[in-house]
Amino acid sequence: MTETTLTQDATVILERAHFQQLLDALLQSGYRVIGPTIEDRAIVYESLSSVEDLPIGWKDQQEGGTFRLEKRKDQALFGYTLGPQTWKKHLYPPNVTLWQAKRENGSFKITPPEEDRQPLAFIGVRACELSAIAIQDKIFLESEFKDPIYQQNREGLFIVAVNCVEAGGTCFCASMETGPKASTGFDLALTEVIDGEKHYFVVNIGSARGLDVIKAITVRTPEAGEVEAAEARIAEASQNMGRTLETEGLRDLLFRNIENPRWEAVADRCLTCGNCTLVCPTCFCATIEDVTDLTGQHAERTRRWDSCFTMDFSYIHGGSVRYSSRARYRQWMMHKLASWVDQFGTFGCVGCGRCITWCPVAIDITEEANIIRQGDVAKTKEA
Amino acid sequence: MATTQQKPKLAVWKFASCDGCQLSLLDCEDELLAVAGAVDIAFFPEATRATMPGPYDVSLVEGSITTEEDIERIQMIRQSSTFLVTIGACATAGGIQALRNFKDVKEFVDIVYARPEYISTLEKSTAIGDHVFVDFELRGCPVNKYQLVEVLSAYINGRKPITPSYSVCMECKRRGTVCVMVAHGTPCLGPITHAGCGAICPAYNRGCYGCFGPMETPNTSSLATWWQQLGVQDVDIVRAFRSFNAYSEAFRKEARAHEHQE
Repeated sequence: MTETTLTQDATVILERAHFQQLLDALLQSGYRVIGPTIEDRAIVYESLSSVEDLPIGWKDQQEGGTFRLEKRKDQALFGYTLGPQTWKKHLYPPNVTLWQAKRENGSFKITPPEEDRQPLAFIGVRACELSAIAIQDKIFLESEFKDPIYQQNREGLFIVAVNCVEAGGTCFCASMETGPKASTGFDLALTEVIDGEKHYFVVNIGSARGLDVIKAITVRTPEAGEVEAAEARIAEASQNMGRTLETEGLRDLLFRNIENPRWEAVADRCLTCGNCTLVCPTCFCATIEDVTDLTGQHAERTRRWDSCFTMDFSYIHGGSVRYSSRARYRQWMMHKLASWVDQFGTFGCVGCGRCITWCPVAIDITEEANIIRQGDVAKTKEA
Repeated sequence: MATTQQKPKLAVWKFASCDGCQLSLLDCEDELLAVAGAVDIAFFPEATRATMPGPYDVSLVEGSITTEEDIERIQMIRQSSTFLVTIGACATAGGIQALRNFKDVKEFVDIVYARPEYISTLEKSTAIGDHVFVDFELRGCPVNKYQLVEVLSAYINGRKPITPSYSVCMECKRRGTVCVMVAHGTPCLGPITHAGCGAICPAYNRGCYGCFGPMETPNTSSLATWWQQLGVQDVDIVRAFRSFNAYSEAFRKEARAHEHQE
């Protein structure tokens, strides 16, 4: 395929054998390339330099409170669904020094932290994760107060999305209408197809930058049936979601069920450990820690991921507002599925299922919502 | 500023303990000179023979109360200290030696010692807070040396120390560690354990041992139910909750719930 024939709306084929070229093109363009790799028997998002760093031939089995990696029968590069980590780890890091201060001549001098200006390229962003990034963009970039750290990491970010051709055991992106196919927000979107001896990626180009990268690597025109094979796999994934969540009237349902007895039942199981919020790709709460050293000459301000499940989170004069775990779980779930709609115009949940898989005791947001729907106070009043 | 003010007098006291928490102070290395520069070490037998008489501005108290003499001595220390900080699981929860609290200590004494009549000890090993008012409790077995320095820095600079009481999971997730319970099926006390260690054990593929004791709102029964589903026997659940913080209320109750009459 010659460069001149390529346009942004073209669909091209990247052979598995040429996949390294994609990584090399991004690395040579100066990006820090981050993507899925195996660490401690799970998928994590870390720096990549070689296609060999990808979780080749692995898949994940996910259920509530359980994640296991297993060997696949094929050598798929993206044959897993999702690991515990989210891209917010890189866009909105968990621990950041905001500034340091030093006493000087009766006053003090503030030093900003050293900045890492290397642009990021994410490889393997799932459709639900693209939605999550769009939600965090709205919070950090599109409100009156922009977050400079997020903004710096987000600007220049190159996104290679990978469409899901298999759904995970706790996935419900189809219910949330965020996947499994990436529709917007990427520079390139790949769909991996393994068909007998054939192993290729159908590539959709989402931006001029994406087009430039594609022009720099070996791709070809699709043959008959190749694009259709990819679409069929995505459609199949859509039908095989491990979880479903009925979203019809969900916001109003939850608001009128604020005193539903189900909240007590979930509180009996909830550990208030905060895991669900820290693995959630949209949760954005942080706390600020100010410390001084022993001499009193230096001070430092740090921002850390926080969670609405901690007592400090709602601590005001006199105590914590949400003392009970019932109040804390309800606050979190109702924010995701009800008040987020009022606040930001969408659900705060993208259906990735991480809060289900990584809850140490397998509390399932879809199950809780469905049970509340069954025991809807509106229904019980009628009866 | 520190150079113009009189430095606070620091005392370090030991009760029934292994000395590990005091050692954390000496283990500060990089910060040790800063500590020595910021306070007058007035009483710290493990570090220096030189002693200054009280009263003391800050007393760090290690160890649990296990004898009649301990009860008298902690009263004396409290009276001569402005700010009393307990350091470690022994001082805040009775320590590993509180395992005696679940048995008849006289039987132990008879079995262990050749001349049991020389041993004078209390029935139970108890926390400092059971005997005197404690201004601040620092958790851990041993304490985290950075948290220890943080408590001293906060005191000296007149601010609140940052020693969050949420779960170890918060530290685990922030450092990007893969959950050992979810991904490996390894029983872990992290979700109900007080943060502060930096989530060391899960980072080395081990479950949390609960060294820092119960977190702020520990749902021990829910975690224990999940452990049972992972195949952990009641006898091992009892053992997990009965370690360094066995006599803390939450751990004591959960262990009791899984203890069957022999």
